[in-house]
Amino acid sequence: MLGFFSKPRIRGGVHAEEHKMLTASQAIVNNFPLPKKLYIPLQQHVGKPAEPLIRVGDEVLKGQLLAYSQGMISAPVHAPSSGIILDVNDYPAPHPSALPIRMIVLETDGKDEWINAPGIDDPFRLSPEDISLRVGAAGIVGLGGATFPTAVKLNMGRENRIDTLIINGAECEPYLSCDDRQMQERSEQIIDGVRLMLHGMEADHAVVAIEDNKPQAYLAMQAAAKPYPQIKVIQIPTRYPMGWDRQLIRYVTGREVPVGCRSSEVGVTIHNVGTAYATHKAIRQGRPLVSRVITVSGGAVGRPMNVEVPLGTLISELFDFCQVNAEQTARIVMGGPMMGDSLPHTGVPTVKATSGILALTAAELKSTDEQPCIRCASCVSVCPAGLRPLDMANNIRVNQLDAAVDIGLKDCISCGCCSYICPSNIPLVQYFKYASGEVAARQQAQHKSEQTKRLMDARNARLERIAQQQREEEQARIAAKLERERLKAEQEATV
Amino acid sequence: MMIHSKPSSGAHVGANKSVSRIMWEVMLALSPATVFGLWCFGWPALFLFIITVASAVLFEAFCIRLKGRAAKPVLMDGSAVLTGWLLAMTLPPWAPWWIGVVGSGLAIILGKQVYGGLGQNLFNPAMLARVALLISFPIEMTTWANVSPLFFSASPGFAESWHITFSGLDFSGLDKPDAYTGATTLGYIKTEFSQNHVLTDILNDYSSVLNFIGWTRGSLGETSTLLLALGGVWLIRQKIIQWQIPVALLLTVTILASVFHLLDSEHYVSPFLHLNSGAMMCVAFFIATDYVTSPNTATGQLVFGAGCGLLIFVIRTWGAYPEGAGFAVLLMNSATPLIDHYIRPRIYGRDRKGKPLEIPKL
Ligand code: SF4
Ligand code: SF4
Repeated sequence: MLGFFSKPRIRGGVHAEEHKMLTASQAIVNNFPLPKKLYIPLQQHVGKPAEPLIRVGDEVLKGQLLAYSQGMISAPVHAPSSGIILDVNDYPAPHPSALPIRMIVLETDGKDEWINAPGIDDPFRLSPEDISLRVGAAGIVGLGGATFPTAVKLNMGRENRIDTLIINGAECEPYLSCDDRQMQERSEQIIDGVRLMLHGMEADHAVVAIEDNKPQAYLAMQAAAKPYPQIKVIQIPTRYPMGWDRQLIRYVTGREVPVGCRSSEVGVTIHNVGTAYATHKAIRQGRPLVSRVITVSGGAVGRPMNVEVPLGTLISELFDFCQVNAEQTARIVMGGPMMGDSLPHTGVPTVKATSGILALTAAELKSTDEQPCIRCASCVSVCPAGLRPLDMANNIRVNQLDAAVDIGLKDCISCGCCSYICPSNIPLVQYFKYASGEVAARQQAQHKSEQTKRLMDARNARLERIAQQQREEEQARIAAKLERERLKAEQEATV
Repeated sequence: MMIHSKPSSGAHVGANKSVSRIMWEVMLALSPATVFGLWCFGWPALFLFIITVASAVLFEAFCIRLKGRAAKPVLMDGSAVLTGWLLAMTLPPWAPWWIGVVGSGLAIILGKQVYGGLGQNLFNPAMLARVALLISFPIEMTTWANVSPLFFSASPGFAESWHITFSGLDFSGLDKPDAYTGATTLGYIKTEFSQNHVLTDILNDYSSVLNFIGWTRGSLGETSTLLLALGGVWLIRQKIIQWQIPVALLLTVTILASVFHLLDSEHYVSPFLHLNSGAMMCVAFFIATDYVTSPNTATGQLVFGAGCGLLIFVIRTWGAYPEGAGFAVLLMNSATPLIDHYIRPRIYGRDRKGKPLEIPKL
């Protein structure tokens, strides 16, 4: 831990208007009416989609396994309520494209009846491996938005001998306050989750980092962590993107994660507060991840709130509950306003990654009236990754994607600071996402053609080998024949 | 179900600083010095100012129409007004009207639009125009009016002022109103040096206080060190400009001037006089900080500012033009791409050369 006087410099970042008070001042709403239908995507995480093990028409209980995880990096999916499986098919994804992805459709029966799954009273007697197994089986993924399977991270932590577990309570995105509220209302459960994670990773101590715009959350967490000297709760400056894992790691430990490495390689693992809470529920109560707290906010929302909703709830139902004014809504954003994606419509479900849904009015949005770049260099000074967005954008504009990659395109974290600050309203992040996609597609195409070439080469070599073999056999045959003839001649001569 | 057709990623909210807002704030920062200058130099200065700004806008509109685009939205960004304004600040206040028109034409057409418009130019348009004018019309560009404030009885009246701006002072020397003109402090010192006078004699009646306020001969809006510096500091506070360029520039000049002044105080003017005269403040806060023509990184800006300071000092001290700031800025403008090429921010997780960092040993 660094001393008081040697806090590392925070690089880049912006002070965005917070708009958190819309939701941060009221308790989490727990009486969201159970939707009639839930749409549960098979992929709500980084990695391979889960594989369904139910059939249409099956009756399921709340918390029952619907689809199992597949492969090394994946996560299972559970029933968010009890009811009947209506369909397993493609439906619009909560993504800017709203392209269809595979989902399980569950018709709820209104009983919301839990499957019988016992919790563990003394989980610290479990082996660390057992903790990560249970976390994995509960379908827990990073709830800050990254959705990386938590169990995989716990395992990596064990393998890499983590010395610090950082719990990310920064919640630096404007508008969002679901982590803030959870830290205020569920501090003890979160701290318990942190202890379980420490146990699961065999790590020694944890640091809970909370931005200093959430003093109440800080106090609550500090009180809850008091009995446990291995858990330290600290305040960090309020500055977007303080919650970027690598920024937080540098701020808290002074270490910088090299490009291409995982944070566990420098001895740190980072988890979100919501993930810690889910871990607590999974281990202590045997409850898999079937719901989450979502911030519904924005200027067009009549009743902005934090609300606990079952996964798979359509956003349209959420908006009805929160009295969103459709006319005033100029854009629907899933996630925070800095990094979130806009959604084309509300007919898509909430997923494990959904930390917030915003209905923003035109007045809240950044202007889209794009003007020429005036080289003000604001984008350079706010970029937390140390990139030069204006130069990358210039390269991309003239389609020199390789040049953009050379100066750091792949190191862009899409944090949105550059777009936020640009006085010319240039949609820089959009440029970078487009270019990254394009580069990836090209590489894939190249990879493919290389693979084809390799296959061709292998085939040619094989044919060549066969031909060679045939030639050799032929020669051997000829030699044998000559030999035979010679022997014959010798015999005849001796006779 | 709500339907929205324009999906987009990235920041959905933004800082409320648009291009035009930035331009207007810069103009606001220029206003005190400008108003003071206009008052000091009377009606002719006002005429020249209006003509210069108006022709800058007209040239801009003309160029945009030529490209087949609607002029109004582009003009609204305020950059043409600002270019004209900055140019007017640097002109001798009683220069004839066509100096303003030619200058604006040079600034907008040669300085900006031939490169492709806003954000594309290599040189600061106002400085380019000023230097071009200085070389082409040396007499008009170095005839400095005495301070003759508006509504003072000794100052030229409206009609006479009209005559000064639109018919021009007669430079053949016949009816040159000597009462009205003389050299700037820096120009005066230069001439006196060439006659082997030493500073203590030359600066007999120099008043640093009057110079600081701006009560002295000089360009239309560049005389008031105080008001320009105030405007500049306000811009830094508003986060419109960064501190790096002005601080590096002024510091370099101060250090160099101090060293030479200490070595030989009769032949090298004091740092105070340097900071307090000519275009120093205007250049440091408003010209060298031009976004388009200065480097993008903080370190690059330090280098750029220091380079400007060095060149200003060298040109003022040993060059032919006592008011050398324009040349200095143009030279450094041309070095900007180079500075940006070599001075880059370090990418997170990589070393300065762009290689991934080593995994730290724990
Ligand atoms: S912030 Fe926008 S206008 Fe400024 S340099 Fe970057 S891209 Fe250009
Ligand atoms: S989106 Fe990328 S380029 Fe823009 S500020 Fe963030 S990291 Fe830098």
